[in-house]
Amino acid sequence: MANQGPAYYSPYPTAVYEGVITPPEGKALLLTKVVDEEIAMREIAKVMLTSENATIFPGPQVLYGYNEESKKKAKLIKEMSEVLNAKMIPMYDYRPKYPKIDAEVEINPNHPNLTIWHNEIKAAIFIGVHCHYANVALKIVRAETDCYTIAICGLSGHEDAMATLRDMHSHELEKFIKIAREVKSELKL
Amino acid sequence: MGTNIYKINPEFRDIMPKEIIDLEENATWSATTDKRGIKELPETKELLEEHSLCAGCPEAAALRYVLAALPKPEDTVIVNSTGCTSLMFPHIALHTVHSLFGNQNAVATGIKRVLDWRFPEIEKDVVVLAGDGATVDIGLDYTLQSFFRQENITTICFDNEVYANTGGQESGATPKGQVFKMAPTGKKFEKVRMWELAVTSGCHYSMNMTASAPKAVAKAVREAIFVARYLGPTFLNIYTPCILEIGLNANEGLREMKEQDKERFAAFKFVSPEAEELLAKLKEEGRL
Repeated sequence: MANQGPAYYSPYPTAVYEGVITPPEGKALLLTKVVDEEIAMREIAKVMLTSENATIFPGPQVLYGYNEESKKKAKLIKEMSEVLNAKMIPMYDYRPKYPKIDAEVEINPNHPNLTIWHNEIKAAIFIGVHCHYANVALKIVRAETDCYTIAICGLSGHEDAMATLRDMHSHELEKFIKIAREVKSELKL
Repeated sequence: MGTNIYKINPEFRDIMPKEIIDLEENATWSATTDKRGIKELPETKELLEEHSLCAGCPEAAALRYVLAALPKPEDTVIVNSTGCTSLMFPHIALHTVHSLFGNQNAVATGIKRVLDWRFPEIEKDVVVLAGDGATVDIGLDYTLQSFFRQENITTICFDNEVYANTGGQESGATPKGQVFKMAPTGKKFEKVRMWELAVTSGCHYSMNMTASAPKAVAKAVREAIFVARYLGPTFLNIYTPCILEIGLNANEGLREMKEQDKERFAAFKFVSPEAEELLAKLKEEGRL
């Protein structure tokens, strides 16, 4: 269960209260450490390939084909899920679910922990989720579950994820997929 | 905005729930039909299907009529305020903004001006939808000021004549003598005739009506939005009774509205000469 936050205001011990902040440009965040992007990519691939029920949560920015970049990213995320042997559960919009969320087939930022508990997900990638909702969801997941969360972000990353890759556009996703393939063959999976 | 934000990338189609695929395939947008309307409700995917209002609440029905009548839903931003309506807005598959209580017309003003500046080539509509507490009491200043300034926004007041979701306090729109749980001695002054204030404050189109006739609501919404888009502020006051606060059952909302069609909500319609000219032109062009 959630702990009381350090300020006794937020119920969650958020990362910033523990001194963790987003990585600088060109770098990535692994737990509390700022590391090179490639090191983080290798670690992320390893975690996803070796954790139970690894899942990718694609958000609206990649689920819908509203521009060329999103269409390109969709193809790459599909490829990524195949390389990582990961399931995909969509976060297709941010409307609260009424009367009840179907935690098996969808994830909602208002109660992401339900989906993670229900599907026993031990590692998850958030990609294409708008920043403010990713922040909310990642804070809840961090406090309420033991899931290893990974944020693949097009902007400056998310400190509440266990691992963060920032400025990830289609070119960088291609690089990540290449590294994931290498890690997969090293692990003989 | 535009409809591309509803087009699912083929790579994800197999993991999307049916309701989202329906939204892409069966909802109506301005690009798919010239005249959206309530006739389509039984056959198309609605922009609001699930909501958390009380069973039989007329407000939920009225909102469905409003959403079905929007001329360009994909290019419409709805601004709302605190009240029963704010329980429904998170469920709508459109852009909505929840303002602070009473600030809705000020927020809508800013949004409309920025949209016009940012997208001068696209017609975008801003519609305010709030209850009588937000429109007639707490937000009266902001509402009237937006009329004075001739902002191009449509203001729709869902008038249930009470602060309903806080337990039943009287509002400016409550009729004289009405007793509620939190107003035990009865209202001491007359109901504020907001639709008349709207006219004297500069609205080009103002109506007072109930939501008993879906077609009439849809027509009024469409006309008001077109007038706001091309001329200036418009106002609709629509009676959507709170069946709980006035002691009715879930199936009695429609009867109550029909009864009030001839009393406090007897039809009032004001259309300025410029608006009349505009509406006649739009009708000729087949847009109404």
